[in-house]
Amino acid sequence: MITEEVKARMREICARYPDPRSGTLPCLHLAQEAEGYVTPDGIAAVSEVTGTKIDEVESVVTFYSMYDRAPTGKYAIKVCTSISCYLRGCDGLMEHFEQRLGIQRGQTTADGSFTLQGVECLAACGMAPVLQVNGEFVENVTTADADALIERLKRGEAVAAQPGAWNVLPSKTGASAQQTAAGSGSAQTGKAK
Amino acid sequence: MADSVDTITTENKTLPLGPYPRFVTRNMDVPGIDRIEVYREHGGYAALAKALQSFQPEQLVEEVKQSGLRGRGGAGFATGMKWSFLPPTSPKPRYLIVNCDESEPGTFKDRMIMELNPHMLVEGVIIGSYATKVHHAFIYVRGELAFAGRQVERAVREAYAAGLIGKNILGSGYDLEITVSRGAGAYICGEESALMESLEGRRGYPRLKPPFPAVVGLYGGPTVINNTETISTLPAIVEHGAAVYGAYGTEKSKGTRIYCLSGHVNRPGNYELPLGTPLRTLVEDFGGGMRGGKQLKAIIPGGSSVPFLLPNQLDTPMDFESMAAAGTMLGSGGVIVLDEDTCIVGAVLRMTEFYRDESCGKCTPCREGTFWLVQLLERLEHGGGKESDIDLLNDICDNMLGKCFCPLGDAATSSIMSSIKLFRDEYIHHVRAHACLVGPGATRAHAASVTPVSAR
Repeated sequence: MITEEVKARMREICARYPDPRSGTLPCLHLAQEAEGYVTPDGIAAVSEVTGTKIDEVESVVTFYSMYDRAPTGKYAIKVCTSISCYLRGCDGLMEHFEQRLGIQRGQTTADGSFTLQGVECLAACGMAPVLQVNGEFVENVTTADADALIERLKRGEAVAAQPGAWNVLPSKTGASAQQTAAGSGSAQTGKAK
Repeated sequence: MADSVDTITTENKTLPLGPYPRFVTRNMDVPGIDRIEVYREHGGYAALAKALQSFQPEQLVEEVKQSGLRGRGGAGFATGMKWSFLPPTSPKPRYLIVNCDESEPGTFKDRMIMELNPHMLVEGVIIGSYATKVHHAFIYVRGELAFAGRQVERAVREAYAAGLIGKNILGSGYDLEITVSRGAGAYICGEESALMESLEGRRGYPRLKPPFPAVVGLYGGPTVINNTETISTLPAIVEHGAAVYGAYGTEKSKGTRIYCLSGHVNRPGNYELPLGTPLRTLVEDFGGGMRGGKQLKAIIPGGSSVPFLLPNQLDTPMDFESMAAAGTMLGSGGVIVLDEDTCIVGAVLRMTEFYRDESCGKCTPCREGTFWLVQLLERLEHGGGKESDIDLLNDICDNMLGKCFCPLGDAATSSIMSSIKLFRDEYIHHVRAHACLVGPGATRAHAASVTPVSAR
């Protein structure tokens, strides 16, 4: 059920664009937040506020990967499976979650607590392997971290919204960079010094 | 350094801000820089005031042309040149869009800018909009980057409240509205015309070009679309001047950019370096060398959409021209490092699965091609492939390259074609030994462990 209050927020969003139809994606996010997933009611509400047909909203819902068309667990754990995370062990991490939670990727635990998903590159490749819980990042995840995370979530502690673990002063670590900036000429090995 | 090759010229040039200036990553370590008060205390929005007071829009376009700034999203097109393609007048309103849909595997710089220093982005949007005489700008943030999106939204709200966006900005008579919009999970929306479709409330299908966005773009109006890092560099260019910015880098690839280092190195992370810095400097000096003292096997220097480089190319300067000469591309600046224990077929399979999953499905060569490529690679990786599969992979790539509707199809072929060229023996080993040459797949019976396509 999409309340009038949610619809009012949708209309406010649509008013930020020259064409209300541009509000389709953000309004669908709102509908999903309100009901847990995108329901026929949600689609009808978005159709109404954006002035588009039900079919047109549905075609958007089915195109984008973030819109759920069925209920998910209380915590959606999305493990990045793209190349940089792959190189740093995301497959082992995913298998660990599957064992710990007793489900396969793409499934939800019987008690409705956890949904486990593999997702594409989350723009955190320097902190791989990485995952998101309900949209918030957890970076540099070891299997021990994964166990601790599950316990924290079971206690009802949400993952905090915060910036990534960025190396914000990178130049400090590159002490000898200046000397080699002109190129050293040798061209054979990438081995650590 | 006066030879025709665009090598790094740090030795012979006067470098006004030292060898490693921080134009686009400056102040990111300042606590609270994401709030407008702190940002202004550190000189924030002074470049905007300078732009509005000291420059006519045309002069700003010229200044950016002089700086040599090129797009940081992947294609590397000259920013000032792109702006000058806008028709001087048009019946429909013109727009500026910032492409914050960062999702190229191996790339994680735009998310950092949005999370840590969103006001620098907003200041860049206002400067860029003024230069291109735009009165409504859009910031399209990738859906998965929720925190980054909220940071940008708050920065825009704070800037509105401070009179830096809206009517008569800083008494200049210039008006601008900024709308922050959020995607919902689709790599293809990083392609500029698909992004505009998405921003109009539709599926992210790319549009036919021409007409290019500068002529027919968002809502049919002339549209400028620039990457997050490109736009975020504008305040520094206005502050320091085109000459200072252009003193860095090479003749054709000027300035600095953020290189995103990931994979098997000791210190992965984001490093702002002058264009033309050798790969070796990034990997060994900034990245701390190979993790665990392993040997380097290959490098993907510009996000997963570009061809591999080999260890003997580690001295290649990281600028657009040198990378092209080395047979690859600088792309998005995502430098992915693979060590000796990495199975190339496995890595290529993983990258190809990405393009299969992210193909929008609009055109046949990409939709069917990526699916078929994954099936063949999966078969090879798990020891069930035939030698003819290797040539078939090349053949399918050849039938996609340049024949797809947008660059996604081309991108999917890069790692496959270059890996077959550079590591053909490793592919053949998979066929003959029914196992990988290196990595965990080399020691176990592999064919049994095929992960079904539907599992991911």
